Formats: sequence, structure tokens, C-alpha cells
Amino acid sequence: MFDYQFFIEVLVGGLLSGVMYSLVAIGFVLIYKTSGVLNFAQGAMLLFAALTFVSLVERGVPFWLALSATLVIMVVLGITVERTVLRPLVNQSPMTLFMATLGLSYIIEGAAQLLWGTQVHGLDLGIDDVPFEVGGVLISQFDLFAAAIAGTLVTTFALFFRYTRTGLAFRAVADDQFAALAVGLRLPRVWAAVWTAAGIVALVAGLLWGARLGVQFSLSLVVLKALPVLVLGGFDSVAGAIVGGLLIGAIEKLAEVYVGPLFGGGIVAWAAYVVALGFLLVRPSGLFGQKLVERV
Amino acid sequence: MSDLLVLEGLAATYNHAIRALSDVSLTVRRGEIVALLGANGAGKSTTLKAVSNLLHAERGQLTRGRIVFDGRDATSLPSAKLVRLGLVPVLEGRHCFRALNVEENLVAGGIGGGLSRREIAAGLERVYTLFPRLKERRRSASGLTSGGEQQMSAIGRALMARPRLLVLDEPSMGLAPLVVETIFSTLKGLNREEGLSILVAEQNSTVALRYADRAAVLDAGSTVLAGDAADLRGRAEIKALYLGSPGESAAHLAALRRPSPADHAAA
Ligand SMILES: Nc1ncnc2c1ncn2[C@@H]1O[C@H](COP(=O)(O)OP(=O)(O)OP(=O)(O)O)[C@@H](O)[C@H]1O
Ligand SMILES: [Mg+2]
Repeated sequence: MFDYQFFIEVLVGGLLSGVMYSLVAIGFVLIYKTSGVLNFAQGAMLLFAALTFVSLVERGVPFWLALSATLVIMVVLGITVERTVLRPLVNQSPMTLFMATLGLSYIIEGAAQLLWGTQVHGLDLGIDDVPFEVGGVLISQFDLFAAAIAGTLVTTFALFFRYTRTGLAFRAVADDQFAALAVGLRLPRVWAAVWTAAGIVALVAGLLWGARLGVQFSLSLVVLKALPVLVLGGFDSVAGAIVGGLLIGAIEKLAEVYVGPLFGGGIVAWAAYVVALGFLLVRPSGLFGQKLVERV
Repeated sequence: MSDLLVLEGLAATYNHAIRALSDVSLTVRRGEIVALLGANGAGKSTTLKAVSNLLHAERGQLTRGRIVFDGRDATSLPSAKLVRLGLVPVLEGRHCFRALNVEENLVAGGIGGGLSRREIAAGLERVYTLFPRLKERRRSASGLTSGGEQQMSAIGRALMARPRLLVLDEPSMGLAPLVVETIFSTLKGLNREEGLSILVAEQNSTVALRYADRAAVLDAGSTVLAGDAADLRGRAEIKALYLGSPGESAAHLAALRRPSPADHAAA
């Protein structure tokens, strides 16, 4: 007999952990959409945020103060990176830009190490990871909390982009950068807004991932988790990042439980990549990517 | 001072290598419509991009010459600043924000012009009065509207920024004659009633010369002729000149180089 209850439990657990992948992926998408840069340093930014926050808390800074201070630092970091590294490289080839962010990620990691040392920190957000039951299905309290935070963040961004002037300018720049320049939109402002948003995403994702995995240098590798999500959802679609993250999360968990035993376990590390690769062959632009609004 | 825009000896390259302009000079006076004519690759778009300081975005650069807008050296002012000063471009190929709806396109133009919320609302009313089609299509994604509607959106978007000089690059491209007439007569109306100055690049010389006060002809990156539109209209050889091959043009050019009063006026 197929145990549906267990299946749903695994599925829900997967979807919830997928939300955390979405979060990392959205950081990429925001920047990619507006400047065509695949910001590989997103992972380093995430690590930097988590490490800064933990180190402040460990030095006795109260939670909310540490959170605000880290937020400010991340925004400053984001804007500085945009201004000193990416703006001078505007109109360069995508490869150049990618290499720049790759280099940048090492610099940011190095700076984090220099500043806060190399030891592993535990991060306690005050949410116990005890499972609780909804209609016979066990759900992790922490996963639910993380999903709620991520959902709130995404909704806030969505409303911001839909209803504010800066949001409209963002969508215009993402749609046609040359036209945006021509109508007089100030691209540097839009970029500053985007890097601010990316800084905020890095902070939230850093705290959630840090609480789950511990704050250590391998944290910056969660960007690698975002890649299959981006392949699946499309590099330029926020909706794609969300759906892609959920899908990857669910696929990973289901594969781990139902397919893993056939391979003797350890499948989580690469299942997402297999799916992403397969998908790449069928639909290179992703589920939602570059959906050109075009009249034929 | 009645000169609104003065270009003096512009030279430009792409990638620091391909020479696109070598000597372009022209003047737009206040309240005037000036047509910029020339064959494919003559340098019309490059000239207009230089005027709006957009060349760098296509890896192009101005290597010589001066651009004066409204008595101020505009050679190195950022494009956003130029828009706020009243020099607003409508790009070749329309370049609407395809995923945004028509109204959002217009609002983006208002934001680019630095308008307040109330000014944007007023601007929308004005554009919808000029182009009633756009009002009907306001909620449609721009990329799904017809070519004519896209051109109207692009022009409406530029008008939102309250230009004093509108710089249009081939507004007639790919449009049915009737739509072209609608667009040009609307522009002519704005020119007559509000004194809007217009610089328009066109391959469709017949239409452009009918609406323009003066015209300049570009050939291989240089202005080779300038004069009253009425005067140029009468000279049939013009057409052969800038639609012909470079070799042919030289011969025609010689034929055209009879001094005329208009040439003196333009010089
Ligand atoms: N982005 C670019 N990169 C390199 N060369 C370019 C670029 N744009 C134009 N050129 C070159 O510069 C020259 C002038 O081109 P331009 O687009 O200004 O001509 P045009 O008069 O607008 O032509 P058309 O009527 O076809 O639009 C041409 O030789 C063209 O090949
Ligand atoms: Mg052109």
C-alpha cells in the first residue's frame, strides 16, 4: 500500500525547504534582470550577512540592534559593489561581468574572514525545530517559519515593484535598458535600489540558512543550490525563482525518500542537478524565462 | 537667440574603430521642424544618439565636435539630464517596454522627465487626447499592440516628459501610409499650437519634406546639403541622391550643388 500521508509529509517538507532555495535564487534574479549580471557573489554576501549578525550577537549586541546594523552594512556593501565594481564595467561582455562577481565573492569571503575569524558559529533565531502536526501530517516549525518570512519578503517586493515609481522604473530597466536610458530614467538609482534589495535578500537568506546549517564558510555554497532553481525557473523571472525553488525542494526530498534507497542514499547532493540538466535540454530558457511579449 | 540645437562638426565611432560620422553640422531653431535625410547607414541614427548622449550605451563615442542645446554645452550631459532639460528622444524601432502595459510605458516617460504624480496624471490625459487609440489600449501589454500603436506609445512616452525639442528616429518605419500621416499630422499640430521643435530622421523623404520646415541630408557620415524643405522638395534628384549607391550619390551631389538661397540661409 502506498502511504499517502507519508508522501504528503515528505512533499510539504520539500516545498517548505524549497522556499529557502527560492530566496537565494531571487537575489540572483533581481540583479540579472536589471543589469544582465549573474552575481556569483550572492553567496558570499549571504555568508557575510550571517557572519556579521552572529558575531555581533555573540559580542553582546541585542538581537534587533544586530539585525538593523547588519541590514545597514549589507545595503552599504551592495551599493558599494555596484558602484565600484559593476558600474565601471557596464556594457562589458557577460563573461567579464561574471568573472568580476566571481572575484568579488572571494574578496567578500576574505573580508568576512579577516573581520570575524574562521570558526563555526551556531545561530539561534529562537525558533525550535520541533515538528507539529496538521491533519495527521508532521510539519517542521522552523521550515514553516522560514517559509512565512520568505513569503512576506517576496510579497513585499512584488507589491513594491507593482505599485511604486522605483518599481516601475525597475521593470522598465529590466524590459529594455536602452529605452529606459533614453526616456531619462536614472539607471544608477535603479541599480542602487536593486543592490539594496539583493542585500536584504542576502541577509534574510543568510540568517535562515545559517540557523539551519550553522554559520560557516560552506554557507556561501548555497548559491550552488540556487543554480538548478535558476535553470528551472529562468534567470530573469522572480515567479520562476519561486516556483523553481519549490519544485527543486520537493524533488530533492521526494528523490531522497523514494529513489535514494535504490542508490544507497546520498542522492540529495545531485538530484537537483540531474533534473536541471534534463530540463536544460528541453527548455533552455526555463519555465518562465524570457517570455517575450511579442506579436507575431 | 533662436537656435535651440546646434551641432558643429560631429565625428563619431563605434568600438573606437568603426567610423560612423565624420562631419555633421546642423541647426534646429525654436519652433522649427527639421528633417534629417539619408540612405541606410548614412549616420542618421548615430547623429540622433549623439544628440541624446546615448552613443556610449552602444559602445560608440563622439570623437569631435560640439553639441549646444538651448545655449548650453550639451556634449557630455547625461541623457537623463538632457531629458529633464527638454531634449527627449524617440528611438528607432520604437523600443516600447514590451512587458509593461501602454499606460505604464507613458508613466515611465513621466518619471524619466522628473514629473510629479499630478503632472503625470495631466500628461496622460493630454497624450490620450492626442492619440485616442492609446486610451483604448491602455491596459494592453505594449508588446502585444500593433506597430502603429507602439509608435504612438513611444511618442506619447516622450511627450510625457514635456519636451521642448522632440528627436524622432524614423517614426514611419514599417507603418501603413495612413498611420504615418496620422502621426506626422499630430506632430505638426503640436509644433503649430505649442511651438514644439522637432528633429526627425527619415528615409521616407516625401512625407518628411512635406511636414518639415527645413532639411539636412547626410551621406556617408557627413552633412552634404541643407536647406528649406520646400526648396528640396522640388528637386527630384535628391531622392536618387540618398537612396542611391555612394558612387551615384557623388554624381548627383555635383548636380545639386548649385547655390540656392536656402543653402545660404542654412549656412
Ligand atoms: N551599434 C553599432 N555598432 C557598430 N557600428 C554601427 C552601430 N550602429 C551603426 N553602426 C554603423 O554606423 C554607420 C551609421 O549607422 P546609422 O545607424 O547611424 O545609420 P542610419 O542613417 O540611421 O541608417 P538607417 O537608415 O539604416 O537607420 C553604419 O555604417 C553602421 O553600420
Ligand atoms: Mg537609423
